[in-house]
Amino acid sequence: MWIFRFVGLRLLQAIPVLLGITLVAFLAIHLVPGDPVRIMLQGRASDAAVAEINARLGLDQPLLVQYGRFVGRAVTGDLGTSIIQRAPVSKIVTERLIPSSFLLAYATLLSVLLAVPLAVWAAARRDRFADHVIRIAGTVSFAMPSFWIGLILILGFGLTLKWFPIAGFGQGFWGHVRHLFLPALTIALFLAPLLIQSLRAAMLDAMTAEHVEVARAKGLGERRILFKYVLRAALIPVVTILAVNIGWMVSGSVIVESVFSVAGLGMLLVHAVSTRDYPVIQGLTLVFALMVIGVNLLADVACALIDRRTRNA
Amino acid sequence: MSPAADAGALLRVEALEIAFRVRGGDVLATRGVSFEVRQGETLGLVGESGSGKSVLCRALLRLLPSPPAQIRGGRVLFDGVDLLALPEARMREIRGTDIAMVFQNPMTSLSPVWPIGDQVTEGLRIHRGLSKSAARDRGVELLRAIGIPDAARRYDDHPSQWSGGMLQRAVIAMAMACGPRLLLADEPTTALDVTIQEQILALLADLQAKNGMAMVLVSHDIGVVAETCDRIAVMYAGTLVETGPAAEVLGNPRHPYTLGLMRSSPRMDEHATRLQPIPGQPPDLARPAPGCPFVERCTFARDACRHESVRLREVAPGHASACLFPESVV
Repeated sequence: MWIFRFVGLRLLQAIPVLLGITLVAFLAIHLVPGDPVRIMLQGRASDAAVAEINARLGLDQPLLVQYGRFVGRAVTGDLGTSIIQRAPVSKIVTERLIPSSFLLAYATLLSVLLAVPLAVWAAARRDRFADHVIRIAGTVSFAMPSFWIGLILILGFGLTLKWFPIAGFGQGFWGHVRHLFLPALTIALFLAPLLIQSLRAAMLDAMTAEHVEVARAKGLGERRILFKYVLRAALIPVVTILAVNIGWMVSGSVIVESVFSVAGLGMLLVHAVSTRDYPVIQGLTLVFALMVIGVNLLADVACALIDRRTRNA
Repeated sequence: MSPAADAGALLRVEALEIAFRVRGGDVLATRGVSFEVRQGETLGLVGESGSGKSVLCRALLRLLPSPPAQIRGGRVLFDGVDLLALPEARMREIRGTDIAMVFQNPMTSLSPVWPIGDQVTEGLRIHRGLSKSAARDRGVELLRAIGIPDAARRYDDHPSQWSGGMLQRAVIAMAMACGPRLLLADEPTTALDVTIQEQILALLADLQAKNGMAMVLVSHDIGVVAETCDRIAVMYAGTLVETGPAAEVLGNPRHPYTLGLMRSSPRMDEHATRLQPIPGQPPDLARPAPGCPFVERCTFARDACRHESVRLREVAPGHASACLFPESVV
């Protein structure tokens, strides 16, 4: 089966990427001024005490040694211990991973459900009324900052209509679905216009392909041509755009998470950076990198399913 | 190939006028073009790029996007029915069944993301309601008939796996799937290697002889047309300037443009030491001038050619020329 070889090859390629990302993140955070031990002790400790704690945590070692230790432990699943929370990083991150991934998948699903029909409609009615309405609405929704959209949704659907809860993660699958609807919609209102624009453009481009005219000369109906020939060809660039944006949202959803008080990775990251909690930052970097690589792998598989030519790449 | 002289016209185009709306006015792509294609015969439509051949072909199948294309007048009678007056749904049934088309570039004629076999048999499934497996059996037969080795295995290949020549065979198989009575072949060999060109032309001639269909073979190469066609129609600047039996037109051209095409084609003039290009450029179709459209490039032009309107007139039985002075063309 081509798919095993394909995925295996991509995973092998991911290893150096992963190493590179963690190394850069590791060096970057250590170059930023600010000492976690002093922050933790809130400046009340003597220099000797700080040095003692630094030595205990291994923070007095050369950076490369610290990095080597981190990688060595990470391959066994041990991401170290949070300096501030004094709990295993892997446990802290896993707790936050579930709401964040749920939100991400939910937002992606909503975006695609919104974008594909609207883009097809806009492309089929090019330069007509529906097309203009879809494009203007998309631009407006894309231009509004997500905290603002989030607040409006909370006000409208949460407080006035009381259709959806406005904060938290909820209990059980359907509880999550209800609680995360507004945050997922907030992200989708930003992501869907991007997808609509690019899918519409890709479809208009695909419509001028000669094989579309050939299909028409075969006596196929416009609907069949639109879905079987045009949409399929147009999906490939859009899948890539979607993957890039999901990758960005992995860490970029912090605003939405804080507006809706979802205890996710984004909020954890902001907190960890402001307290220089190195182990948590490193652990998060690794998790983000893994998620981005995973999303890109899924996108590559999707492209390979749509277009066989990309399977040998 | 013998022209079916006594058979009636399968396709009769009458005074077809097609315009394109563009900024700054209308471009007349064809101006009152009339011709007919009889059952089982091959009509060669020749002319240089931009003369309106491809537009004409697409207009016959109503494939031109409107806007900007606009059919200003005329009729396209297929089997006595005016295609231009048919509702779109009825026209769709005719496309791919009664009239099929083969396009210029085989590399872009098939969708890159679907198996070739499925695309070849799609018409059978849509128009004839064949099941997937029945279509597959028929598709393998079709691919075998047009000379694809190991057709059963290659049915599921994607276009990127085939060469241009093989793809053009597949496109021809696709056009032949529902047994068309008229095949429009728009420059079917232009994008191919010379060695492959001959094979494709032979394949088309062979299929035509077996199925008894009529064919319009469009080419800018009068040599290609000379080899395969019963009758020839020479197109220039949106009008037909000479029509007639192939042997008659090529043996005794009565329009200076036809003569120019022959003298500039390596195949037609094997003994000539040099090829003679036709000087100048075709006229601007957005600003038609009175008189003969070829006058600026014609070596036989006289004063009258600039003012008097030209139209096809019979110069011999079945042979017509739009030249005002057909006798002076030598």
